[in-house]
Amino acid sequence: MNIHEYQGISILKAYDVDVAEAFVAETPDQAVMVAQELKEKYNTDLFVVKAQIHAGGRGKGGGVKVARSIDEVREAARQILGMTLVTPQTGPAGKVVRKVLVARNVFYKGEAPHKELYVSILLDRASGRYMFVYSPEGGMDIEEVAEKSPEKIFREEINPSTGLLPFQARRIAFNLGLEGKAFKEMQRCAAGLWDAFRGSDAQLLEINPLLKASDDRVMAIDCKMALDDSALFRHKDLSEMRDLNEEDPYEVEASEYNLNFIKLDGNVGCMVNGAGLAMATMDLIKLSGGEPANFLDVGGSANASTVEAGFRVILKDKAVKAVLINIFGGIVRCDRVARGVVEACRSAGDIDVPVIVRLQGTNAMEAKEIIDKSGLQVESAISFDEAAIKVREAIG
Amino acid sequence: MSVLVNKDSRVIVQGFTGSEGTFHAEQMISYGTTVSGGVTPGKGGMKHLGLPVFNTVSDAVSETDADVSVIFVPPRFGADAIMEAAEAGIKVIVAITEGIPVSDMVRVREYLKGYDCRLIGPNCPGIITPEEAKVGIMPGFIHQKGGVGVVSRSGTLTYEAVDQITKLGMGQSTCIGIGGDPIIGTTTLDAVKLMMDDQDTEIIVVIGEIGGSMETDAAKWIKDNGTKPVAAFIAGKTAPKGRKMGHAGAIIGGKEDTADAKIAIMRECGIEVIESPAEIGKTVARLTGR
Repeated sequence: MNIHEYQGISILKAYDVDVAEAFVAETPDQAVMVAQELKEKYNTDLFVVKAQIHAGGRGKGGGVKVARSIDEVREAARQILGMTLVTPQTGPAGKVVRKVLVARNVFYKGEAPHKELYVSILLDRASGRYMFVYSPEGGMDIEEVAEKSPEKIFREEINPSTGLLPFQARRIAFNLGLEGKAFKEMQRCAAGLWDAFRGSDAQLLEINPLLKASDDRVMAIDCKMALDDSALFRHKDLSEMRDLNEEDPYEVEASEYNLNFIKLDGNVGCMVNGAGLAMATMDLIKLSGGEPANFLDVGGSANASTVEAGFRVILKDKAVKAVLINIFGGIVRCDRVARGVVEACRSAGDIDVPVIVRLQGTNAMEAKEIIDKSGLQVESAISFDEAAIKVREAIG
Repeated sequence: MSVLVNKDSRVIVQGFTGSEGTFHAEQMISYGTTVSGGVTPGKGGMKHLGLPVFNTVSDAVSETDADVSVIFVPPRFGADAIMEAAEAGIKVIVAITEGIPVSDMVRVREYLKGYDCRLIGPNCPGIITPEEAKVGIMPGFIHQKGGVGVVSRSGTLTYEAVDQITKLGMGQSTCIGIGGDPIIGTTTLDAVKLMMDDQDTEIIVVIGEIGGSMETDAAKWIKDNGTKPVAAFIAGKTAPKGRKMGHAGAIIGGKEDTADAKIAIMRECGIEVIESPAEIGKTVARLTGR
């Protein structure tokens, strides 16, 4: 589960990570109130107003604005709130901005130059351990840094039985090129980031940039965080951070029926049990000359109500010209699935696109008979090949 | 010979008296697997399906000499169940449970380094050596004894592949569902090595998915060490790229992390990569000259 920057920052603060102080606002008036509060506290007229959406690259799309007065904060909030922000990570449709973060701009002048760093924590699948990936070259596209100067990307693997050790925190601070007060601050920051990551069962924590300010404080001025869905049961407070506005409405509806659904841009809908078989079915649709309109895994219990919910979600998409149902009945018997499909077709009413049902496994022949005798406009198939041919015929 | 489980395997079920555990224990027993009992903490001393229930895995091992455990406990107890099995001396631990938190599995992986055991899964369909032992949730009847070793990351797609192979008159030595989670006990490469060493396996079928480097790691090893033909299907060529938030994954994921790149590397390593999921059985038949 992805969370917003402002939510991530609130988690970091709770774990004693220094952040550029910031508050979220949903209206320009609220943004002004936040800015006034920051002005009183820090005697500053420098702010940043940042769109809160679940995607990176916000600056490139006009979703991040620097403000030099309270009036500029109001203006920036006015412009950003409600806009449809398109970034390299949102896709061409973009995302509507409903909240902004108003932060103290910490690029203030001081004795030392400021420096932008990059720090992230994530799972290294190869070692099965969490790992800090960090670089003194923060603030820019880190993928580019990794490609052009891989020697500037450092890694620190964490032993799960000890957690981040003090010498590792020191090594991180050394490799980031910090000294004096900033060197000490960085160690505290690394420890706090690790605690925040572990304490919230995160899958990814990425701070870009982490700022060494001109007074040698080390502050997170951005935060991308993704939490492990499987661990949310032990974090009731964090699970409330889910923002359904950031998710595809089709996918939200599907998840209410316990369907694993991802909307795509093709013309052939599909409904499959199991994620691997679902991907293979999408590949088959493509090989048959179609384009998959979705990924839909109905899970282990393909019964009438899940199939009906699947139909509802798939058929909302008017680009769908045919639907392929592919169920491998192992423990679930195909004849029961077939009855479910027939029932679902009847209660879903007029389905005006061809439906191809391929049931294989336990009682596949009986299942085919049930489909063929149902009187519905539903094509049945037994083998994967046959299903492919029928999809080709259906989309002409 | 076969891999990991055979007719002499003595299996216990963790989460024995729960609905999943009960249903699949019955299925395993009726397939002919030697299930010698199960574990449900607090229900020790009871009988379930006519078999003894134990409070702990160590009790079960000392009473029944079990060497294989299959785990059906709920996700929040999954990591603990795996570590308990290892500590009790179980040699092959098959974790069916789906949804174990990743951080729990990071701990499990570290813990298992101290034990001589093999973990399959979690979030996997299990292992079957046809006509000898079924330790998992796969439908037994689609399998038959033979020389095709199957290694797979998915569930129903494996059944599809096995079904195609069986319908063309060929059988399987052992089928291993390694599971789809970020951290699993046995990788594609681990399973392929077992199959290469197995006399009953003539050809290996790898069913993979986009994401990660498990299939390419296996392919690179096979290029230098393989002694048997290997065919592979990689699902998800048309799947959308993950909508990731940050860039950190891409830095360590590297350039091999797309379906096309993966397939190209596997082909270079001499693996027969199958384009269509409908052609898995036919390809195996062709490679074995049937």
